[in-house]
Amino acid sequence: MTAEALPDASGHFGRFGGRFVPEALIAALDELSEAYASARRDPGWTAELDRLLRTYVGRPTPLTDAARLTAHAGGARILLKREDLAHTGSHKLNNALGQALLARRMGKTRVIAETGAGQHGVATATACAYLGLDCVVYMGEEDTVRQALNVARMRMLGATVVPVTTGTRTLKDAITEAMRDWVTNVDSTHYVIGSVMGPHPFPMLVRDFQRVIGDEARQQVQELVGRLPDAVTACVGGGSNAMGIFSAFVPDATVDLVGYEAGGLGVEGALHAATIAAGSPGVLHGMRTFLLQDPDGQTLSTASISAGLDYPGVGPEHAWLHDTGRATYRSVTDGQAMDALKLLAHTEGILCAIETAHAVHGAVELARELGPDKVVLVCLSGRGDKDMDTAARWFGLLDPAPGR
Amino acid sequence: MNTLAEVFAAARAERRGVLVGYLPAGPGADEAFAAMVAAGVDAVEVGLPYSDPVLDGPVIQEAVDRALAAGTSPTDVLRTVEGVARAGVPVLVMTYWNPIERYGPARWAADLAAAGGAGLITPDLPPEEAGPWLAAAEEHRLDPVFLVAPSSTDARVARIAGLCRGFVYATAVMGVTGARRETSAVAPGLVARVRAVTDTPVGVGLGVSTGDQAAEVAGYADAVIVGSAFVRTVLDSGAAGAGKLAAELAEGVRRPLPRPVPAAAPPAAPGLDGI
Ligand SMILES: Cc1ncc(COP(=O)(O)O)c(C=O)c1O
Repeated sequence: MTAEALPDASGHFGRFGGRFVPEALIAALDELSEAYASARRDPGWTAELDRLLRTYVGRPTPLTDAARLTAHAGGARILLKREDLAHTGSHKLNNALGQALLARRMGKTRVIAETGAGQHGVATATACAYLGLDCVVYMGEEDTVRQALNVARMRMLGATVVPVTTGTRTLKDAITEAMRDWVTNVDSTHYVIGSVMGPHPFPMLVRDFQRVIGDEARQQVQELVGRLPDAVTACVGGGSNAMGIFSAFVPDATVDLVGYEAGGLGVEGALHAATIAAGSPGVLHGMRTFLLQDPDGQTLSTASISAGLDYPGVGPEHAWLHDTGRATYRSVTDGQAMDALKLLAHTEGILCAIETAHAVHGAVELARELGPDKVVLVCLSGRGDKDMDTAARWFGLLDPAPGR
Repeated sequence: MNTLAEVFAAARAERRGVLVGYLPAGPGADEAFAAMVAAGVDAVEVGLPYSDPVLDGPVIQEAVDRALAAGTSPTDVLRTVEGVARAGVPVLVMTYWNPIERYGPARWAADLAAAGGAGLITPDLPPEEAGPWLAAAEEHRLDPVFLVAPSSTDARVARIAGLCRGFVYATAVMGVTGARRETSAVAPGLVARVRAVTDTPVGVGLGVSTGDQAAEVAGYADAVIVGSAFVRTVLDSGAAGAGKLAAELAEGVRRPLPRPVPAAAPPAAPGLDGI
């Protein structure tokens, strides 16, 4: 079966996916499924989305031939799909805008979202400002500190940011809190999930909204090099930028799909977020997928220098692609990602997000493995402004304050 | 030990509501359950503490966090079930699905039945995903209990009610667990929709915290399910408080039928509203 045929009618990708939610949410998920199906058949609606992707988001985003990074890696040619150049600085707006348009179509006046790195929160706040919707963003307290710049951006855009102080105070708990809000306010509220995760239809819907990355890149690579790439790579948190770029290439059997999870301090230990590498199947946040869990089925806490990859689950379609062997997943440590962040900045003049830097490390490694006549496409999912504080500390870039 | 069916039949004969009390397993829960049963709780729900309780408000979250910090495991839950079942009341476990998926539905059904458990309430397991659990429950004669919500369509209410044994759990409000000042305006209608498609008893939960509220709910539902109010009381004043609250609620479900709905909203116990 091809990815295009999935999920099945009940939202399953093989044994993964589904809908594990309180009954109170089922009607809203059905309503969303129907609204999405009817919107996709409505030429006026799809034309408006296309127009906004062009005139507001800034699509198509360019493909950059990373010549100096390629030379440094000394292997395959590395091409960068520049989602960092989309409005708000990451791929997240592709999905947030699509879902906000759906919310408006369903007559919902209030939108909620969770965010880890803050990029999805910023994208949702942006879409809500543009469409005149109320916006509340749940963010783990720990993430509000390490991504403080994005908290300010969301507030500037008129959103309410709610720091979440339960559990591990990161992305997992922001999602749990957003689901509690949704159960309570589902009549007026649409929950804009930020990745290819959660109960059906979200994994499908978010993938479809992100697929524009892969569709554009597939054509751009062919125009530039006259053929398909040999490998397509992306970082994987929930997995939306990866699913977006992978889905256009899934039917191309010659194209390897490689996702990079957050290895934190190393997958051998407990401090990482490498869900597929180190997890096992289970149910969390409405979906059956790979999870980091203890023997009793309690969710484990995760660790990653990147807030956006710091999540103990992964989208169910990735679990399925892993199960079938169509995609492979590797992990990249904090240190490797930070080195790649610096390498890309020095060789290409691009400051990417720390999430993205995981994919950059992976692509350089893969380029060396594949050798010179091959082509590796990287989803450059976001820009790194939000991470400069973390980077400055990591590399010791700031001069001591005067007078000390 | 009495089955759920026997408890409902006896209460119907006495023309009163069944009182169901919930607490998560964990330190202090066994003593509190004993006090609740002694004071008139007819059936018990033992919560299996879980790290990501999406349907629970702050009070139950706090209790669950404490239970998890103390290392409460599914095995401890079974031990609590065993203890309460010995007191002679039906005991159900209320759990999010992942711990059971991890334990193995068939093994869990066998162990829960061996511990004397009567059934399992599964708030995030929709009927579409329940096949393996339903088979295991049937094999071990456990009552599967699913939830219906005010937003459920009539077709879903019929489907879910058809799968429930013991009782159908009607969530009175759209929202997470937590005691509320006012009882739900939509609950009576939801109960009526369930009754239209099944003879299985209907329990109403989410929000009840006082004897007056219990009396009002017992006026249209077969069982009154009380969770957060017991949890709050146990957190604040231990087993003695739980016994006192149980006595008040047990009096509530016994007030003579039919009961006129009180003219004014019942006063909330201090600190129990919404939290
Ligand atoms: C730039 C960037 N890339 C990737 C991610 C990870 O999300 P996903 O795996 O859904 O693409 C995030 C999440 O915050 C992000 O901000």
